[in-house]
Amino acid sequence: MSARMSPLTFDDVHFAAGGRKLVCGISFALGSSGISVLLGPNGAGKSLALRLAAGLLVPSAGAVRASAARAIVLQRPVLLRRSVADNVAYPLALRGVPRSERAARVRRALEATRLAAHAERPARTLSVGEQQRVALAAAWAREPELLLLDEPAAALDPGATRELERAIGAIRDAGVKVAMSTHDLAQARRLASEVLFVHEGRLLEQTPAAEFFRSPGSEEARRFLAGELLA
Amino acid sequence: MTEISEAFATAWRLIASGDAELLEIVSLSLRVTGAAVVLAALAGLGGRRALVALLSTGMALPPVVVGLALYLVLSRSGPLGALELLFTPTAMVIAQAVLVLPIIASLARQSIEDLAREYGEQLRAHGASRVQAALTLLYEARYSLPTALLAGLGRAVAEVGAVMIVGGNIAHVTRTMTTAIVLHSSRGDTALALALGLILVALAALVNGSTEAIRGAARRAGA
Repeated sequence: MSARMSPLTFDDVHFAAGGRKLVCGISFALGSSGISVLLGPNGAGKSLALRLAAGLLVPSAGAVRASAARAIVLQRPVLLRRSVADNVAYPLALRGVPRSERAARVRRALEATRLAAHAERPARTLSVGEQQRVALAAAWAREPELLLLDEPAAALDPGATRELERAIGAIRDAGVKVAMSTHDLAQARRLASEVLFVHEGRLLEQTPAAEFFRSPGSEEARRFLAGELLA
Repeated sequence: MTEISEAFATAWRLIASGDAELLEIVSLSLRVTGAAVVLAALAGLGGRRALVALLSTGMALPPVVVGLALYLVLSRSGPLGALELLFTPTAMVIAQAVLVLPIIASLARQSIEDLAREYGEQLRAHGASRVQAALTLLYEARYSLPTALLAGLGRAVAEVGAVMIVGGNIAHVTRTMTTAIVLHSSRGDTALALALGLILVALAALVNGSTEAIRGAARRAGA
């Protein structure tokens, strides 16, 4: 992947379900590094955009182009009924990664997410925050160039959120492009290098984070930043 | 009262001494039931949507009706009469397999379906193919599938109506625990009937205990 090539582009992407237009003509090209945050109120279409980006959904019209290997962590990841290490190894086994390499990659991912001490515990007995990190480790172990995170901290308390954001930061620092959704303004401030503001299925702006928080380009984003509850 | 306690005492002596007739009956019962459960489990894995309604109905099949239908099919003038299976342990295996198939298949199907709903999108997110996802779901069901098998075992081992009709309750050939209990209690030989009854109750407790143990293991695994 060349440094200038966007790992993910949306070209006038539409998505409709049940007769309702949920994503209405979104176009963007993500920068090749840092964390792009899809920001917007609940129901804006952020999760759908990420599912489209991951290839879990197919657009009704338009095109999604990913030039990089992708992995997604769902908002409510469902862990397998096996150990933490086996959960992280699972997507690698699916791809036929040799057992010895698998073990090394699992160990690295667990250390980066500070889960090494829990490696042999049944994954589903961990706290919600730890389970979220297991899902993050499993996605990262695939060594994607683009990591998609859907509201990764939606159900977490501040302590667990801090641990998770630390892990996300480590992944970014390792050179992985991250695209994540959140409705949490403070989280976007802490993590974003650029903001894609989404409202009612439309992308209203794509702006470098510092500029977005100083002077957003759209009226809706201004109201959102001012703490108004957008419908 | 003394009659009952004497019967119990004799029953216990029969069990403790490993009475030959008792052991023969118990052994045949277990072989027939085991083979039936294995057959039904194999057939149940192939169950598809069109079969679901049929299976649900099948769960309430009256054993004597199954026995009668099979009797007609296997009798000398029936369509499969030439196989000469009537009054053999094989006929009993077939009857019990028919009876427990709906139970095993329905329970297994339900648990796999629940898991498919729970894991569907997650497995696609991991990049699993359809075959990989199906194998994963079977493995994830490792705590619930044995429970389905045990439910089938519980019904098969306690069944009397169908095996009586297609087996004929022939001494040393097709006499199982349940058919022997019917015969011996009708003859007033309550000791052997009671001994077999006690073993049946113990088996039921074992099945129940195994189910509980599996549930416990599932809970510890966070399932």
